Amino acid sequence: MELIKTLPDIYEEFSEQRRNSFMAAFEMKEKNIPFVGTFCTYTPTEVIMAAGAVPVSLCSTSDETIPDAEQDLPRNLCPLIKSSYGFAKTQKCPYFYFADLIVGETTCDGKKKMYEMLGAMKDVYTMELPNRQSLMGRKLWREEVVALKEKLEEKFGVEITEEKLREQVKLMNKNRLSLRRFYELMKLDPPPMAGFNLFSVLYGSNFKFNRWEAIKEVDALTDRLLKEYEEGARPISKKPRILVTGCPIGGGAMKVVKAIEDNGANVVCYENCGGAKSVDELINEDAEDIYQAIADRYLNIGCSVMTPDNNRLNLMGRLLEEYKIDAVVEVVLQACHTYNVESYSIKKFVTERGIPYMAIETDYSTSDIGQLNTRCAAFIEML
Amino acid sequence: MLTLGIDSGSTTTKGVLFDGEKIVKSLIVPTSASPKQSINYVYDQLYCDDVVYTVATGYGRELLDRADKKVTEITCHAQGAGFLDPEIRAIVDIGGQDSKAILLDNNLNVVDFLMNDKCAAGTGRFIEVMMRILGEDLQNIDNFVVGKTPANITSMCTVFAETEIVSLLAEGADKGDIALGIINSICRRTSFFAKRLNLYGKIFFTGGLANFEIFRKTLEGYVGLPVVTSPHSQYAGALGAAVIGWRKCGATK
Repeated sequence: MELIKTLPDIYEEFSEQRRNSFMAAFEMKEKNIPFVGTFCTYTPTEVIMAAGAVPVSLCSTSDETIPDAEQDLPRNLCPLIKSSYGFAKTQKCPYFYFADLIVGETTCDGKKKMYEMLGAMKDVYTMELPNRQSLMGRKLWREEVVALKEKLEEKFGVEITEEKLREQVKLMNKNRLSLRRFYELMKLDPPPMAGFNLFSVLYGSNFKFNRWEAIKEVDALTDRLLKEYEEGARPISKKPRILVTGCPIGGGAMKVVKAIEDNGANVVCYENCGGAKSVDELINEDAEDIYQAIADRYLNIGCSVMTPDNNRLNLMGRLLEEYKIDAVVEVVLQACHTYNVESYSIKKFVTERGIPYMAIETDYSTSDIGQLNTRCAAFIEML
Repeated sequence: MLTLGIDSGSTTTKGVLFDGEKIVKSLIVPTSASPKQSINYVYDQLYCDDVVYTVATGYGRELLDRADKKVTEITCHAQGAGFLDPEIRAIVDIGGQDSKAILLDNNLNVVDFLMNDKCAAGTGRFIEVMMRILGEDLQNIDNFVVGKTPANITSMCTVFAETEIVSLLAEGADKGDIALGIINSICRRTSFFAKRLNLYGKIFFTGGLANFEIFRKTLEGYVGLPVVTSPHSQYAGALGAAVIGWRKCGATK
């Protein structure tokens, strides 16, 4: 008999999913199922899945491996890049160890140079990501998607048929819809869960290697939360509603979410990677040219490496309204030039709508927890 | 009926008893190595039967269990400074270990703020360290720099600035010139930082350095807006805490 789990247990399970899937990954490797390591939401995972391989996010959010990385990389570099490299170098990320191939993209300068160095340790394939969503950009990115397909076919000795690809596109669209339905629960006021738990689920569900199972689990959790809410459950009280934007968070950077929620507000929406930015848009399943459809969907992601980055503003504008946002907190990882510079236009965009904005520059260490608490508390007192 | 506000700063702990109109009694003690002891000492010294509400602020605010409420120093500085001078539209605070700039609207609500909390540069600690090297007492600073020509201090970092000052002393530079150079350096840096907010109108200067006319005058020169202070400016945080307490307990004049 399966025991009915409590909600805290479910959240805990999602937050531990990355760790809990190490054994599953090991068993799959024993059955000769290849793994492809990824770092970024620009990676078209459908193509990897159509090759019969499992895409997996590589470790990049802990300061544990940064001292090792700093032996080779400059100290004044973004913690995400340093952490990623450090995990690879020290072999402390089992998924890096299991990966047969790493797929990177020419996103920011720091990352693409780091990928060159990773190439000395693993087979690293770097896709050339254009810097703008122009006609030329779309053409180039489509060719890059096709080139990735060819690389995977050659690497794993398989054929990626259009049929297989379309099948994975449909599956990943389902996955997106499922995650979207889940995070859209936060439109409720008060929200049905803490923003911290919301992120654990979004992040953890990536590490379920059986996509169908992952979708089912998220759907079940959504249904349950909705049902309990309708029956009157209010686990979270009404507080100012915060949207978090900026650099990818998770791991060490979750201290910011904690500081917001410990000091009197609810994080109800993540615009950044891991949240709406990487999930919101679907791939046009019926497109005649499925490669172009895949390319378009990924290229549309509003990351600060794009110029101009209008898609980020468009998504932000929509989320501010849909989630009835009271204030925006931007997380900028130290030395992330593109997000740091873009914070100027984001602040302008947000405050012109009469919504308070605060940017926090931080890293993965715990050294600034005290200051973070004061800043977040002062910001929330201001609302 | 009174309210008590206590500001546990990194260098000093300040307490204010407030009767809804004015400061009835105030106390300042060094925070030293035991912020918990200092905040409780100030509480014990000032608390009396007439106190109906206590608000703690400052970085050590969590250390006073007997406080009815804890509020950040940003909000308290705004309330305290706004109480002392309702005409102000911004606050620049140079504290012992951080500095902050706070922008207010016409109703004295905080609309934006910035904190430099990563580095000793541009804080009270910077000037303390420098004065120690010069072997001079900070309390005499106004007289010490009269008629001096500021030496050029270029280092942004407290540690490097220290080295720079040691070299200047070795070259036989005048101590007063160096001190004025340090004051210029800290005020210039603070003004660049504060100007990231869209400052307008009168600025209120708080923190321990606001007691010295030379800092106020130099800061005003760099910011290009009127900078005012008050004899109570060092108590702005504590006073703000007491004012918030006064409103919280529903007291009316």
